[in-house]
Formats: sequence, structure tokens, C-alpha cells
Amino acid sequence: MKAYFGRRYSFSASHRLHSDALTAEENRTAYGKCNNPHGHGHNYVVEVLAAGAVDPETGMVVNMATLDAVVRERVIDRFDHMNLNLDPLFANRVPTTENLCRTVFELLERGFEPAKLELIRVEETENNFFEYSGN
Amino acid sequence: MILLTRRATFSASHYYWNDGWTSEKNEQVFGRCANRNGHGHNYTLEVTVAGEPDPMTGFVVDLKWLKQVMEEDVLSDWDHRHLNLEVAEFAKLIPTTENIAIAAWKRLEPRVQGAGGAQLSRVRVYETPEIYAEYRGER
Repeated sequence: MKAYFGRRYSFSASHRLHSDALTAEENRTAYGKCNNPHGHGHNYVVEVLAAGAVDPETGMVVNMATLDAVVRERVIDRFDHMNLNLDPLFANRVPTTENLCRTVFELLERGFEPAKLELIRVEETENNFFEYSGN
Repeated sequence: MILLTRRATFSASHYYWNDGWTSEKNEQVFGRCANRNGHGHNYTLEVTVAGEPDPMTGFVVDLKWLKQVMEEDVLSDWDHRHLNLEVAEFAKLIPTTENIAIAAWKRLEPRVQGAGGAQLSRVRVYETPEIYAEYRGER
């Protein structure tokens, strides 16, 4: 029987929205105060949704300890209390939350089989969030 | 089509244990959840139904009715109970959040279906604000 298991994590990081392909003026127009030169930060929430058959032996879609270890190692330890712009993954990608959401999906896509990564949601603040399902 | 969701909370105790395994394996797989004295959670049950608003009432379903169905078919049996020891579904089934979501679906689906109109779309059960499982009726 197919079910879904969701888990929320959080990390704090700084970023600056700035594209080298745009002029200073255009960056200012596109990103507003998010373009301020010294960056700013957020308490991000990452919600991971895994999908798969419920294992009849354990009653679980995915072992939470396994999921936690993978997410901690690949995402939380990487980004927590860091400047996203300085991570090589954002060398050529503006660290908007859209791009962060896609990056987190790519980092987690494999590693807790047989469950499949169904969806990543990243909440930048309480009032905005982004979702990506790999397509 | 409109999705309509109603939330309710219940508090219950449980533990995770597979009778076919040794104590060591149970403890290794389930960790602290394998403590046979049980532990508890404040669960949130989130029930989503899908349908078209009725042209007369503007309702997909009457929220008061949905609240009553959740109360009668789920919460009255589960709230302030030990799921392993007092709830029929979990006599032989480990009350993981996944299985709780599936069990709630099985209890709610006939009533929602029988009422005509709306379909049960998904059942989500939060074990804590950070952990949830969801069932959408898929095999």
C-alpha cells in the first residue's frame, strides 16, 4: 500500500540575490532589498516528502533515522549557518528559494531507497514557500 | 474541483514492536519507539475531501458533518487510548504514523463515499508538528 511520509527540518543561512548577468541597476530592480550587498539571512524550513509502499515488517515507508541522517549530512550540515552564495552549488545559480528548493531536491534524490523522493518544500519565511517534485 | 480540509486533534499512546523479531532487532530498528511501556503524542488528523460546491449551499460537504464523522468514526475510538492495546486495527499492525493514516482512511472512506458527492482525497496524520504521514487511497 502506497503512503507518504513527511518530515520538517530547519537551518539558518544567509544569501544575497544577485546575478552577474545583470547590471547593478537591473539587479536592484529585480531583487530589491534582497540585492543589498552584504546579504541577509533566513530561518529556512525544509520539508521532505517520501513516497513508497508501507513495509509490512516495519509499518514504515522509510526509516526516519535513515532519512534524518541523509538529510542532515547532505543538506543541513552543508547549509546551516553558512552563506549560500559561497557554496559551489550556487556559483552559477542565484540562491533564490526556487533554486534552493531544486538544489535540495537534487541533493536528496537518492539515498533512502526503496522510498522515492516525492516533493521538497522550502519555506523561506512563514509567508512564502516553494515546492519542487523533480519535473 | 475544490479540496476541503478539516483538522482535529487526538492524544494517544503507542509503541513499535514486531513480534516476529528479537528484542535486539526491535530496538535496533525502532529505537526509543520500541519501549514496551509506550509513549504518547498529540496527533493531528487532517482530512481532505474533493468535490464540486453544491449549487444550493455552496458547500463541498458540510464541515459540521465532516467534524461529526471524524469524531464518531475515528476520534471516539482513538482519543486518550493506547493504540496497540485498545484499538482493533493495531492488535496485529504496528501503529506507525503511516499505518494510522491508512487506518483513518479505511474508517472514513465509506461514510464520505456513502454521503454522495465528495470523494475522500487524502488523510494526513501529524505525529508531531515535524513528522507526518499521508495516505491517498493508492494501492
